[in-house]
Amino acid sequence: MSGEDDIGGAEDRVVALASHGIQHDASPLVLKILRFARHARDNGFPMGIDEALDALEFADQSDLLDRQSLRWGLRTLFCSSPDDWERFDDLFDSYWSYGGERTILKVSGSLPRPGGEGTIPTADQLGFGNELAEADETTGGATARERLEGTDFRHLDSERDLQAVHDLAERLARRMRWRLSRRRRVRARGRTIDLRNTIHKSLRHGGTPLELAYRRRHPRPLKLVVILDASGSMNLYSTFFIRFIRGIIESFAQSDAFVFHTRLVHLSSALREKDIERAVERMAVMSAGWGGGTRIGESLKTFNRHHAKSTINSRTVVMIVSDGYDTGPPEVLAAQVKKLRGRAKRLVWLNPMIGWKGYQPVAQGMTAALPHVDLFAPAHNLESLAKLAPYLERL
Amino acid sequence: MDWRDLQAKLAGTGYISDPDLAMAIAMTERLKRPILIEGEAGVGKTDVAKALTQILDTDLIRLQCYEGLDANATVYEWNYQRQLLAIKIWEEEKLTADEKEEHIFQEKFLLKRPLLDAISREQAPVLLIDEIDRADEEFEAFLLEVLSDYQISIPEMGTVKAVSIPHVILTSNSTRELSDALRRRCLYHWLDYPSEDKELAIVNARVPEAETKLAGQIVRFVQALRREDLEKKPGVAESLDWARALVGIGAARIDEDLDEMRETLMCLLKTRADREQIAPEVFERLVAKAV
Repeated sequence: MSGEDDIGGAEDRVVALASHGIQHDASPLVLKILRFARHARDNGFPMGIDEALDALEFADQSDLLDRQSLRWGLRTLFCSSPDDWERFDDLFDSYWSYGGERTILKVSGSLPRPGGEGTIPTADQLGFGNELAEADETTGGATARERLEGTDFRHLDSERDLQAVHDLAERLARRMRWRLSRRRRVRARGRTIDLRNTIHKSLRHGGTPLELAYRRRHPRPLKLVVILDASGSMNLYSTFFIRFIRGIIESFAQSDAFVFHTRLVHLSSALREKDIERAVERMAVMSAGWGGGTRIGESLKTFNRHHAKSTINSRTVVMIVSDGYDTGPPEVLAAQVKKLRGRAKRLVWLNPMIGWKGYQPVAQGMTAALPHVDLFAPAHNLESLAKLAPYLERL
Repeated sequence: MDWRDLQAKLAGTGYISDPDLAMAIAMTERLKRPILIEGEAGVGKTDVAKALTQILDTDLIRLQCYEGLDANATVYEWNYQRQLLAIKIWEEEKLTADEKEEHIFQEKFLLKRPLLDAISREQAPVLLIDEIDRADEEFEAFLLEVLSDYQISIPEMGTVKAVSIPHVILTSNSTRELSDALRRRCLYHWLDYPSEDKELAIVNARVPEAETKLAGQIVRFVQALRREDLEKKPGVAESLDWARALVGIGAARIDEDLDEMRETLMCLLKTRADREQIAPEVFERLVAKAV
């Protein structure tokens, strides 16, 4: 794939270009464009050798190349999404106007950056690390894995336990995915006749369609969208759920994640980060500066208005993970949950507190939302999550 | 083609474009790559293709995408009725099944759908793949293959190579994330709502009947309306509709008869929630600012 090519080493490139049939005398402008291409790639633009070559061809054929045309041309070549488009001008200016190649922080620009540029606070500083309270030493006769599956997430503490939970969650998410896609084979029976194959088969009967061929519908795997509550009351569970969501995002080709406390933040790009520690850190950066009461209703409103259109289709299962303690008016929450339910295939509400002894959904917000929820289920340990898989499978 | 010429030519067809869009189109022509144009609904993405068609004096082949769109509907389909008929006619002849098969899988039994049609023209047409985000991933992957090699393989016939390479324009409202592979295959342009000056130029070009004063008020009002918290912001098409409607009812200014004017807002606001959002006092405030 061209994306793996190295744009680096401008001089080498010019040699490579010659072999591509493009003659260059390696003018300063050409070298500068090549370096800019590499710079753009270092800043996360989806660049490969093809784009660099096209950039040179563009520079070659444009006789009147002022700064503005160069900007427009390269922007069209280097960008491939609204995100890129928004970032491009800064990158271009910083490179061409000041000659600087400073790396623009990849964490989305509009978010607060506590501690100034470059110093990303660690997970611990922001309260994501060792917050799980109360050690639970009772291993009994069960194997370590069984113990973990049944343990309330609040009672997990050591780094090793967390790692194990993470592995289990990822495995679980993969298992769910495997089950979902297996349906393709089991239900590969169609109702409509496939004319092309029927005609093929009819030839040996002189054109009489004796053997009918059917067209099989391929049911596609579901899409999962998770909306996670990261408020104070959910704090003991956040660390775990971040890992669980990460497992889901990695295993489902189509999935998305959002997190809210007082406002809603899109999480997926942070969670796709390869390094889990970095992912948690990025998530910490994104969530920094939150405070005040939980506003589930408002957050869902933001979701419905700005994200629902692009993330939800008729095959989407929306999973809200929250304890339902909303400081906003319950009517708002109810209306938004209803709206969300209308767009999605199923709405699942996971509430870690159901696992608590004697819990009743008395939180006002929770009672308001319940009528619009397809499944209201506990999610306080891995066992309870595992029980979800069969439900999702039946959809 | 130089982008300055292109911009002038686009304007000649009634399509007012920013220089950066003209540049992007000029580059797709030069580099022979498809271009993906994204933007909100109603910013004039589809019209780019129409204008380009007119400039190049060629045909426009439009493929409107929807969920469930498959290769049969977009590339080719065998003409089954004709095939069955042919089989019946040859029933008496002593042909083997293989020979018959060869007969009925020939080009004359083929119904060309937009993609196959687009690559088999002598003169390269403009191929508009509209709202690609509505189609599903399978189709997207398939399309990527066609757009990379400009050839289509038909199992019964072999590979059909492009006679000419069409000018491909894809549009998307970003209702779904497109795959990186498709994005990378295409040049990219983000089309924003037009600036006040540009929108005024568009209204003047498309609805010349609207007096300068009225057109200015219309544009300022719509620009202000877009800054309100709406579910569906009015696009350029809506501004034009509204301008035509106002010319139709013989209005000279937008603040003549506020009640009547508020009725005409249905040209701009298409959902109930949005109409409620623009309450009479909000409307008055917006009108006062635009006049």
